[in-house]
Amino acid sequence: MIPNAFAFERVNTVEAALDRLGADGEAKLLAGGHSLLPLMKMRLSSPSKLIDISGIDALRGVRREEGRIIIGALTPHREVAVHPLVQAHLPALAQAAAQIGDLQVRNRGTLGGNLAHADPSSDLPAVALAYDAELTVVTAEGSELLPVDGFFLAPLTTAMPEGGILTQVSFVIPPEGAHSVYEKYSHPASGYAVVGVAAVVALTSGRVSHIRVGITGAGDAAYRATAVEEALLDQVWSRERVQAASRHADENGGIGEDLFASEAYRRHLCQVYTRRALERLG
Amino acid sequence: MVGVIGQAIKRREDPRLITGQGQFTDDIQLPGMVYAAILRSPHAHARVAHINVEEARSHPGVVAVYTGKDLEGKLGLLPTAWLPPNSDIKTTAHPALAVDRVRYVGDGVALVVAKDRYIARDALDLIHVTYEVLPAVVNQERAMEPGAPLLHEDAPDNVAFHWQVGNATDEVFARAEVVVRHHIHQQRLIPNPMEPRAAVAQFHPSNGDLTLWCTSQNPHIHRFILSGLLGMPEHKLRVVATDVGGGFGSKIAVYADEALVAYAARDLKRPVKWSEDRRENFLATTHGRDHYQFIELAGKRDGTLEAIRVRAVANMGAYLSTAAPGVPTILFGLIVSGPYTIPYAGVDVYGVFTNTTPTDAYRGAGRPEATYLLERMVDLFAREIGMDPVELRRKNLISQDQFPYHNPMGLEYDSGNYTRALDLALDKADYAAFRTRQQELRAHGRYVGIGVTTYVEICGLGPSQIAGAVGFQGGLWESAMVRVHPTGKVTVFTGTSPHGQGEETTFAQIVADKLGIPVEDIEVVHGDTARIAMGWGTYGSRSTPVGGGALTIATDRVIEKAKKIAAHILEVGEEDVEFNEGSFQAKGDPKRRASFQEVTLQAYLAWNLPQGVEPALEGTAFYDPANFVYSFGTHVAMVEVDADTGEVKLDRYIAVDDPGRVLNPMIAEGQVHGGIVQGVGQALWEGAVYDNQGQLVTGTFMDYAMPKAHFFPEIETRFTETPSPHNPLGVKGIGETGTIASTPTVVNAVLDALQPFGVKEIEMPLLPERVWRAMQNGRENG
Repeated sequence: MIPNAFAFERVNTVEAALDRLGADGEAKLLAGGHSLLPLMKMRLSSPSKLIDISGIDALRGVRREEGRIIIGALTPHREVAVHPLVQAHLPALAQAAAQIGDLQVRNRGTLGGNLAHADPSSDLPAVALAYDAELTVVTAEGSELLPVDGFFLAPLTTAMPEGGILTQVSFVIPPEGAHSVYEKYSHPASGYAVVGVAAVVALTSGRVSHIRVGITGAGDAAYRATAVEEALLDQVWSRERVQAASRHADENGGIGEDLFASEAYRRHLCQVYTRRALERLG
Repeated sequence: MVGVIGQAIKRREDPRLITGQGQFTDDIQLPGMVYAAILRSPHAHARVAHINVEEARSHPGVVAVYTGKDLEGKLGLLPTAWLPPNSDIKTTAHPALAVDRVRYVGDGVALVVAKDRYIARDALDLIHVTYEVLPAVVNQERAMEPGAPLLHEDAPDNVAFHWQVGNATDEVFARAEVVVRHHIHQQRLIPNPMEPRAAVAQFHPSNGDLTLWCTSQNPHIHRFILSGLLGMPEHKLRVVATDVGGGFGSKIAVYADEALVAYAARDLKRPVKWSEDRRENFLATTHGRDHYQFIELAGKRDGTLEAIRVRAVANMGAYLSTAAPGVPTILFGLIVSGPYTIPYAGVDVYGVFTNTTPTDAYRGAGRPEATYLLERMVDLFAREIGMDPVELRRKNLISQDQFPYHNPMGLEYDSGNYTRALDLALDKADYAAFRTRQQELRAHGRYVGIGVTTYVEICGLGPSQIAGAVGFQGGLWESAMVRVHPTGKVTVFTGTSPHGQGEETTFAQIVADKLGIPVEDIEVVHGDTARIAMGWGTYGSRSTPVGGGALTIATDRVIEKAKKIAAHILEVGEEDVEFNEGSFQAKGDPKRRASFQEVTLQAYLAWNLPQGVEPALEGTAFYDPANFVYSFGTHVAMVEVDADTGEVKLDRYIAVDDPGRVLNPMIAEGQVHGGIVQGVGQALWEGAVYDNQGQLVTGTFMDYAMPKAHFFPEIETRFTETPSPHNPLGVKGIGETGTIASTPTVVNAVLDALQPFGVKEIEMPLLPERVWRAMQNGRENG
């Protein structure tokens, strides 16, 4: 488990990081390292250089701006999980972040690193979808705002432009009175999500006025279960409707299979865990 | 100090281990040391057409590169050291590095030695091997079929051995009222000790000696075998294994790797270190279990069990590892009738070569396989005749007055009170109340189940005469030396080689109890062939029954000699001296006394010793036990199955074990906890999977699920203590009971929960999808 030789440089500004990335096409950014280093140790990834951005303090922290919570890309999972703003306004994010790996991983691994890595079994993509996140990516040409819908394309593949750095993620605070939750079925070996469902629901006079369902783990990339959302939006909330709507949970994503769970079982889990998530919100 | 035995003294080894002060093999740093890395085959089966090592050899920092051809005639073949009699066993050639053929993914192809471990690793990528890939076979039943790829020319049909034993005839089954038949797959497991394997070798040019530090459960066996491989006299070789981070059987075997490291150190005259990485551990360290079994259990409608017959096909992997053939034969076949009065038993075992990592002992070694099939069959039999499974067990348990009990395979069980353990466990579980609640919950669509296992285990391996009779190519006695220093402090030298079992504590307790001195005054030395005369190591729950037996006798010899000296000092006859709480005193005259320390000092000063008594104070024993010892007990698991997803939740786990006399209840409980966790791991999560090309699909912790603490409820443990008559301490074994009992307990609990669905079998591990599918099938079939 020894990686190929690589160069290492620590940078203190986003500009310096962009500069180094531009200078070496084979270089990679190092934040918490919890996704990249295992790949390097298995020699599945052999970057020429690691640009350590973990010391860029500007990319760390949680703040509120109007109807949004904005989290710096280098904020570690642990800080996300316990932050009062996150717990108050984005409880599903707090729950998901608290379930990543173990305490050591949560202290090192970062929100931005997790989303940019786009592991299809990672927890946070589901939550980012459920809170209509926007991701700020900086390139040499400037800064771009990418909506989370369409960000996760395939395993380890995102819509991020080449040479870009994810600097912050902005989550929309759900409407007043909304509830949100993250329900996860953990793989017994890795602890990653076999299926993870993030759901946000607001009711107005007993009818669903706002709903988001984000699902991760089930396939190639996290997705919004829009079929579930559509089946419930503007409807009177009832146990039966939730059950019926949850049956559409596997319709919007490419459902995959592996040694642990077949496609059929994963589809079933999507439905069950979506139902369970929603039942906790009504 | 009296009564140190039985005290829950904290493990003395823990402070150093949990503060990072342990001395594991990889901690050894020597001047001028170089580092080895091993190139392993990426193919399960291939002809090695050509190896080009030139680029690696000329890479800066590389010291040497060796291939199999370089070692031919210089390094011996790896032997198999357990040859079950009458089994037509084929010990095919197993070179340390493949010469012209690789037979599993992980088979060694070349050894690189370099200035640091990074260079060594990089150089592996610079070795160019031309492989001609051959068809592979990973499944042992398929490997026996005609036309299957053949691993070794001298083992036709890939059969390594065929072993049969028992008295169960066709006629017994033909006349039985009820016969239950069943197929079971005991899946393959990966032992995964916390510390992967490692070796450091240092050649001493001054005298031609070689020291090898390695991760061994039995350093004397390593020395014994490696002296042959290296062509090095045993007295020139020292093997050291002080701190070893768990083995679970996987560090019994003598591997190619440590032989290669020793060879390179001698050849280069420089210290060489090699440390396996986790990926290598998955591929190149022995695996466990992997049987296909067909079982028949015969009996009467009233629940009297009469006969059991098993055909097992065991996957041995690509080569026969050191102790491997003994596992699916002797350690498995002789105990298939378990704790029950089943008069007829028969076992028919094939050991088969496949293109997979070799298998060998894994915690429990053979006995979990036997216990699992038996306990599953007993539950199926109970279901067949409509009897409560606990009542069926109770009806057939060997009763207290039947000991010593001779089982149909000729084993003599030493002592037991099986129903006492059963009653205690059922009482704690409140079995009757559970059954009532189970019915109530079913009405609400909730599925809870209970599993009850009554087991017996062969442990305390074992008398040497039996070792010889069953083909083990070594002795199974044990040595101990108690050296009392002039100040009365004591060093104990044991031939067992604890690597997590806590004998540094329990062995000190044995001596402290006998000599009446504080535990702190006693050091327990193990795992060093230069310091310990001889020993056969730690496995098969033998350390305390056999090693502790040796230690008891050695300590008695110290007391015997000290008593002579004390009598002389106190000027009374030896028969008039009493030794109590660390003090020798004249009978009837408590003022005439001498402490153990005073007597010891006199033994060393030797100014005034009785006639015929030599100076100094030591006791040595080479102890061969009278027979195996047989731990037993009852385990109970309560589970709930998620009706939507098939997930299994372990609600309660109750373990009542009888390991004979308990020396340290805290350590015993720790052993039970660890054993249960590993056994439940097999039941619910663990399983090594190969694809058809022979690639290990579960080759990392991302895919191979080790049990985690939060998967478990508080484990409720109790001990009953039925002493063994076979050793001076009355002890049995406790290291493997949990692994042996817990797997069937949990599986039976899940299947009990699923009774409404008519489910009789789910293949281990009981992954949620398998459970869910079994329920789906049950629902569809009404």
